[in-house]
Amino acid sequence: METTTPAASPASKISVRDLNFFYGKFHALKGINLDIPENKVTAFIGPSGCGKSTLLRVFNRMFELYPDQRAEGQVLLDGENLLTSKQDVALLRAKVGMVFQKPTPFPMSIYDNIAFGIKLFESLNATDMEERVEWALRKAALWTEVKDKLKQSGSSLSGGQQQRLCIARGIAIKPEVLLLDEPCSALDPISTAKIEELITELKDDYTVVIVTHNMQQAARCSDYTAYMYLGDLVEFGSTEQMFFKPTRKETEDYITGRFG
Amino acid sequence: MSVQDDRRRGPYLRRKRVNIIALTLSLGAMGFGLFWLFWILWETLRLGLGGMTLATLTQMTPPPNETGGIANAIYGSFLMVLLATFVGTPIGIMAGIYLAEYDPRGWLASVTRFVNDILLSAPSIVIGLFVYAVVVARFKSFSGWAGVIALALIVIPVVIRTTENMLQLIPSGMREAAYALGAPKWKVITSITLKAARAGVVTGILLAVARISGETAPLLFTALNNQFWTSNLNDPMASLPVTIFKFAMSPYENWQQLAWAGVLLITITVLGLNILARVMTRQKD
Repeated sequence: METTTPAASPASKISVRDLNFFYGKFHALKGINLDIPENKVTAFIGPSGCGKSTLLRVFNRMFELYPDQRAEGQVLLDGENLLTSKQDVALLRAKVGMVFQKPTPFPMSIYDNIAFGIKLFESLNATDMEERVEWALRKAALWTEVKDKLKQSGSSLSGGQQQRLCIARGIAIKPEVLLLDEPCSALDPISTAKIEELITELKDDYTVVIVTHNMQQAARCSDYTAYMYLGDLVEFGSTEQMFFKPTRKETEDYITGRFG
Repeated sequence: MSVQDDRRRGPYLRRKRVNIIALTLSLGAMGFGLFWLFWILWETLRLGLGGMTLATLTQMTPPPNETGGIANAIYGSFLMVLLATFVGTPIGIMAGIYLAEYDPRGWLASVTRFVNDILLSAPSIVIGLFVYAVVVARFKSFSGWAGVIALALIVIPVVIRTTENMLQLIPSGMREAAYALGAPKWKVITSITLKAARAGVVTGILLAVARISGETAPLLFTALNNQFWTSNLNDPMASLPVTIFKFAMSPYENWQQLAWAGVLLITITVLGLNILARVMTRQKD
């Protein structure tokens, strides 16, 4: 299927070229071409099973955990194909962080939840580590809520706080890209609002890609939107254009809720 | 009352009757089971407390009709159970990790699981005879080590099974989140999944310890018995279950009383371990 890319896009952080993805024999992504702009928020929308999470999980090669899944094509991160075996997976994941649908605090204290990822790549002394943990928690707008209980278990926090803890954990290792896989779908509206606010702030430093089922959310916090359907990228453009004058009928039908 | 209500009334009353019958039968079955359980506990307590003196805990097993205790048997049991746990637990945990984390669907895992199930349900006397043939007959001597090996062979399948099951309960999202930070596999297992499953794994170990503290058959052919206090695992070694077996079958009253004291000790230990295991699983958030 022919896809539309914006004419004058800013520098792209991730470029997807002729990407095909398979779950065993099932062809889940069909020849995707897409440029994700740097320091912007890009949203993937589309009905369940359209491949948006699949595409996201290619960017940090998460799919490789499962032997029957494979990707063909190219995904360029700063011009380097991240799908080649030359690319070290651990270093790639340090550069491309991910936050999942369900909050997943590790079975350790709030402090150690953040420190865990940092220790994988850096050996900081105690003071530097404390500073970094505080920095990450502040960045994720969680510091004031947890600064007095850093030794408590991460699972003692509320769902929304846990999700911000996961975001803090992700940014603590200073990635360049942050992938968010429906980060608010398990949260109440107030926590959702906090996370959305956070996303908007994060794009100053990071390239953010968010998968969402919530059209309003895509409209509120993204700069660019990609509409996917049954493994195809139907349309990609600035969020404003996608929501106000989509060029394709399918996009318009989905966004206005006339989806058949 | 409407026609509709009238029509519903019949089946409703029938369901209510069936419910009462089912409830009565279930309660009866529970009462029947508990009755025997409490009777056992009561008899153990009644007969065991009589033999529970300081001498029982400090003196060696006596000849018939002389005073003495079961200190050597308690120590022998303690030593063999401890060593068997130390030998069996790491093997069991690592095999469990392999099954749950490294190759859950591979053919090697399926074969291991099958063999482990057989080992898990193998009568302990079979394991005792196996160790007798392989160790005792070869070295021409009953020994504490042979007892340790037999008990460890019982610990391993229990720990493998619980470790695998507990690791499988950890949501895959937790693993993915750790991998997404760039953590290597061994780090994900040691710092995340095994840590999250810790309470369950420890429970499995405690239940294995509880199981081997009462095993008689595997020790009968391996460690045999010893009248004296010994820490030398190359010698035959006394243990509580074997001492109870020998003393309870004897016609001598003081031996029988010591047997009851031993039974009480084992019961308390096993009960304590089970309660501890319960508390541990409950603490799991």
